[in-house]
Amino acid sequence: MAYAAGVDVGSTQTKAVIIDEDLKIVGRALVDTGSNVTVAAEHAYEVALRDGNIHEEGEGVGFIVGTGYGRYKVTFGDAQTTEISCHGRGAVHMFPGTRTVVDMGGQDTKAIKVSATGEILDFVMNDKCAAGTGRFLGAAASALGVPLDQLGPTALQSNRPVKISTTCTVFADGEILSLIGKGKKLEDVLLGVHHSVVSRSLSLLRRVGIEKEVAFTGGVACNVGMVSVLNQELGFEVNVSADSHYMGALGAALFAMDRIVAGRIPAGLSEVKA
Amino acid sequence: MSPTTQMVQDAPDRDVPASELGASVVGRGNKDGNRLFREWYEELTSAPERNEHSAYVFVMGSLAEILRSFDIHTIFPEINGLQTAVRHVADDYIAQAEDYGFSADVCGYVKADIGMQLRAGDHPMGKIPPPSLAVYTNACNTYVKWAEIWERMYHVPIFTLDIPGTRAAGRLTWSGNVDFENDRRYVAGQIGELIELCEQVTGKRFDIDKLRETMRYTNTMSEKWKRLIELNQSVPAVYNAVTDGTVFLGMVNGFRGRPEGAAYFTDLVKEMEYKAANHIGTPFEEKYRLVFVGVPCYPIFRRFSEMFTEWGGSFAGSSYLWFASGGANLGFQYDLDRPLESLAEGLLVTVRDAMDSMFYSNQNLVDMIEPYGIDGVVYHPIKSCRTVSTGLADNRRAVMEATDVATLFMESDHMDKRVVSEAQLKNRIDAFFEGLATRKVRRSSASKNESEA
Repeated sequence: MAYAAGVDVGSTQTKAVIIDEDLKIVGRALVDTGSNVTVAAEHAYEVALRDGNIHEEGEGVGFIVGTGYGRYKVTFGDAQTTEISCHGRGAVHMFPGTRTVVDMGGQDTKAIKVSATGEILDFVMNDKCAAGTGRFLGAAASALGVPLDQLGPTALQSNRPVKISTTCTVFADGEILSLIGKGKKLEDVLLGVHHSVVSRSLSLLRRVGIEKEVAFTGGVACNVGMVSVLNQELGFEVNVSADSHYMGALGAALFAMDRIVAGRIPAGLSEVKA
Repeated sequence: MSPTTQMVQDAPDRDVPASELGASVVGRGNKDGNRLFREWYEELTSAPERNEHSAYVFVMGSLAEILRSFDIHTIFPEINGLQTAVRHVADDYIAQAEDYGFSADVCGYVKADIGMQLRAGDHPMGKIPPPSLAVYTNACNTYVKWAEIWERMYHVPIFTLDIPGTRAAGRLTWSGNVDFENDRRYVAGQIGELIELCEQVTGKRFDIDKLRETMRYTNTMSEKWKRLIELNQSVPAVYNAVTDGTVFLGMVNGFRGRPEGAAYFTDLVKEMEYKAANHIGTPFEEKYRLVFVGVPCYPIFRRFSEMFTEWGGSFAGSSYLWFASGGANLGFQYDLDRPLESLAEGLLVTVRDAMDSMFYSNQNLVDMIEPYGIDGVVYHPIKSCRTVSTGLADNRRAVMEATDVATLFMESDHMDKRVVSEAQLKNRIDAFFEGLATRKVRRSSASKNESEA
């Protein structure tokens, strides 16, 4: 059995996925990126190998593709590609009806238009501003002392979102705390934060054109509040799964498997130069 | 004899057909351009020693023909600005202007210029003399406020040329149209006022034959500029429309109406015709042919270009070569038998075209796709210039609706490094090329399947 791996080094977390020849995920890992990107990539890869009970002896992993902002630091990898291509590929693999992808990570949000084969037809991203990204949610969590994994459930206790006027992540603390100071309920403020982030991502989605089905990928897709508000604003349900966080790494692993099957670097991948 | 005059007399191959030229002509356009550009700045630096006048002008409607007929040097603050960015000192100049009180939101070109004025003209290319007057059009809304700053700083006359915009839904109107004739008369009246002003500033009488001479040189430059743009339909592209194009733009503006400019572009076209005939491209392998829309990212100019060339991306065209050439892309030819009327007509046509190339370039871009074999359109809106950037998102949408060409939309700046993120740019550029690569494979498979069927 041949395996292929994808390692997605994001600004906040590093994800690794190993797939088999049937394109099934057999191992996965999620670690904090921290300050040493290469170490994080190696660590995630090792954890994924252990998770899949895969040993380098035997056939082992035949090809590794790095992706994400730290893709050039996946020094043990064989090739690299952007997370834009990977999220598109991964989303179409997991949800074949997907034509639009919204990927929300720690520092950027992407709206990607894809074909039935996962080819990237168009994409837009936030520019030099973390408004509308996971960082904005992180700032809110930090200001309010709410654990990240409780942001969504807490927000969903509300049905009266407070309007958040700032979209600046740096100034978010001040506004959020002032709203709490004015007596606004925690859950109302949090739901407002979710609406604020969704409205920014919808703006990106509209720029590429919202075509069903829409897949929601990236770490923020783990937030049930975000999924709920996005569904509500779109008027239909987005495709999301427990592996949405790993979609970039999955896409990278699929590109790596292409390489194993075809015996060559697929179009669009850059071979790692020694 | 000045080095630039020598340039006009050099080039014994000027009358030789391109097919008979040797390989030694390859690269001379950039070499001569860089040399002449340095000499131009030396000429400007030493102008006050010779008691010569200088006018601050802009690339869209410089009216160099009139100014040169009075022996007034033309100084382009936009070119001075981009030179500080390319030479990695723009941030010092911009910071000085901001310390002086200009907002972070003000155009980077303006602030680089203000920083330079506050340093008494010190510039990486020389020492820029103060103006005797400033001439500008309404093609850019910032020009007006910018010139007012010089007026306050130097107490010199500033002259506004009000050019009526295109009146026919994004299409130029030409001589013979009633509205056009009214507009032409309106512009001609303003040119008359500028002539009077130049007479007052220089103490010289207007010489219409000297004007004809400058217009003749501009005619040659415009004709060659149009040809230069067309020549990049060749595969591979004979020059990089962004990097080489910036050298050419410096020349077409700085030497407008001068014999050196006419000679340079005559030689340059010869070189490019030779390259086209011999399938000689840029030093990089061409895999994808692109067209650039907007103003380049000068603070990381070399790296910005490399991020495309590393993938085999070659800029065969650029909207910058249209609007920053002041509309020379039309190849407009002045009628030297009626110079003043024709100058008004040319100004109206070319400045309008420059404005339309900024605001309504989508149809021109669509028209380029097939003849230039364009694989992708790269939009580069910039933070500090809303004039040139507003509407690019709509432009992109219109182009994508009209064709199935791939597009890339990425924002940075032409001057201010604080809003240039190389990592973000690279991520977008890489993803764009990944898409182009898969698109090429798909098209190749589809055409193979078709031929087999």
